[in-house]
Amino acid sequence: MNAPLLQVEHLTMRFGGLVAVDDVSFSAAPRQITAIIGPNGAGKTTVFNCIAGFYKPSVGRLALRRDSRQYLLERMQGHHIAHHARVARTFQNIRLFAKMTVLENLIVAQHNRLMLASGYTALGLFGWPAYRRAERDAVEKARYWLDRIDLTGVADMPAASLPYGGQRRLEIARAMCTDPVLLCLDEPAAGLNPRESHELNELLIFIRDSHDCGLLLIEHDMGVVMQISDHIVVLDYGRKISDGSPQKVRNDPAVIRAYLGDEEDGAGYKSGGAS
Amino acid sequence: MNAVARVKDAALAALVAAVLALPLLGFATIDTGGPLGISTRFDYVAYAALAVFVGRLVFMALVDLWRERQMDSAREAAHDPGKPDRMAQIGKLADRWLLPLMIGFAIVLPFLPFADRTVVDLATVVLIYVMLGWGLNIVVGLAGLLDLGYVAFYAVGAYSYALLQMHFGFGFWEALPLAGLFAAFFGVLLGFPVLRLRGDYLAIVTLGFGEIVRIILLNWQKVTGGPAGISGIQRPSFFGFPFSADPPAGKTAFHDLLGIEYSSIHRIIFLYYLILLLALITSLFTARIRRLPVGRAWEALREDEIACKALGINPTNTKLTAFAIGAMFGGFAGCFFATRQGFISPESFTFIESAVILAIVVLGGMGSQAGIVLAATLLTLLPEIAREFALFRMLAFGMAMVLIMVWRPQGLLAHREPTIKLKPKGAS
Repeated sequence: MNAPLLQVEHLTMRFGGLVAVDDVSFSAAPRQITAIIGPNGAGKTTVFNCIAGFYKPSVGRLALRRDSRQYLLERMQGHHIAHHARVARTFQNIRLFAKMTVLENLIVAQHNRLMLASGYTALGLFGWPAYRRAERDAVEKARYWLDRIDLTGVADMPAASLPYGGQRRLEIARAMCTDPVLLCLDEPAAGLNPRESHELNELLIFIRDSHDCGLLLIEHDMGVVMQISDHIVVLDYGRKISDGSPQKVRNDPAVIRAYLGDEEDGAGYKSGGAS
Repeated sequence: MNAVARVKDAALAALVAAVLALPLLGFATIDTGGPLGISTRFDYVAYAALAVFVGRLVFMALVDLWRERQMDSAREAAHDPGKPDRMAQIGKLADRWLLPLMIGFAIVLPFLPFADRTVVDLATVVLIYVMLGWGLNIVVGLAGLLDLGYVAFYAVGAYSYALLQMHFGFGFWEALPLAGLFAAFFGVLLGFPVLRLRGDYLAIVTLGFGEIVRIILLNWQKVTGGPAGISGIQRPSFFGFPFSADPPAGKTAFHDLLGIEYSSIHRIIFLYYLILLLALITSLFTARIRRLPVGRAWEALREDEIACKALGINPTNTKLTAFAIGAMFGGFAGCFFATRQGFISPESFTFIESAVILAIVVLGGMGSQAGIVLAATLLTLLPEIAREFALFRMLAFGMAMVLIMVWRPQGLLAHREPTIKLKPKGAS
């Protein structure tokens, strides 16, 4: 694993007296799926929010390497992270542009390139040919992803009218339309049935293999995590307790303790936990 | 509801009415020559309670009837699924057919037989509100930023023209772009402090902004003339040919240019076409910019600001452009207003104007161009027609708003046309 795509060092996030993330370091490699797992309240989404620029970390460095340039994400504004460092994300509770159509959602994702092509609106107003070409290209890219996620038939429907699984897939496609080098997915399999979850796995593997994109994944569904992850980071109470390949993490006593509880914690605790 | 429950319900309503009516109707002051005396008229209270009792009975019966019918149509819809919302369908048709129809009618209006001075004048006022509605629609309808101080930009446009004309001798066409520019600048000025605000908080700040502008106009006597306003603003000329019976030396009057008899209606018709042109430009511009990245970003911002950030859209710039462009059209309209009136004062730019413009946008259906025309016509013509009932104007206005919010919270003609459609492969 040479030259990681994203290097997180000593990331700490405090909210007043509460330490949500405590001195977490890990790295994500390009063209790999890195999963962050942990019990509820372990600080996974907080890590994500720091990476995507929604929070400013209290301490720590988040270095993203793209085209042999280094971007320090903790110093950048949220929309600059998406635009310049090319980090895209999806949300735990889906955030689509509900009243806009499926296609429009994918076109909005290509905003910055289209904005440039429209000469910051001035040229676009008069139907500048270069802008019309750029818009056609944007539609083609959207069509490519629509075919991929099987939503071509409903491209002109409002995004809110899609069923839940379709909305999840659309959100991933929308993030991919920004041409990211790192795609952060916050619980993409939540609420999906087994078949949809299987399709999601295939989509994520496709993104990893054919789009030169690293994936960072928060997930509770261990079936998804163990099947597709190349590398797993385990958090508990804001601290990293394990880090490594799925096999290694699965057999790590610290992880088993975090999910299933200690022997001394009481026998009844053992029956619950992750499956 | 059975009969007993109905009577109970109505009795309760009557009780509330009686309690309310007792102080309001039950006592009256009478002139006794010296100090005011009080007479009682409890019979009025009884009438009021009785009226409410009967009214409530009838009302509840009607509500039940209406619910039954809703159920019937729901049962029908269950047999025939996929029946879309009727009003949304109408909205869709309206945007496609009604708008061109209205524009056609607006173009021929001054030449219709019934079009006298009053009608054309009234139509001009309607068009001013249509243009303001379309301008505000950019901010409220597209970008989703609730602006209660839109009249401030209208005022900035009007005063820009008045002052430029007074001090530097600018003509209407020279001052128009500058008025728009100044208004846009004020839009950005307002935009900066409210970038982080949404919804109610934004509404309060914009309301304050509108009042600040008005109060500055009222108090900055040296520049704006204070409450006396600015009068003697140059009336428009037909591209240098004045509308006047005896033009100043060396100038050809409009009627001489065309070789027709002088008539004072020429200027009114010219003003009418001027605002029609400005309004159409606003409409065209809006339709166009919706299909550009910035327009889509506005709508995306309205839907979800956080998702916008995650896609690399700069929310600051996007909001500021919405405020600036919306304000610009307000400024154009203000410039026109100043040249039409020939006199402006802070009186014309009170909060009620902002409220009316916002009501037009909300009533028409956010984003619907034809709906805004409809609402603007309704809200400006109704008070004119019902002049005798001027006392009840605000009451009727409020009633209409409440009814619309209950009946159609999304506006009269709410319909959103996608800005781009997926053509089948190879069709493009």
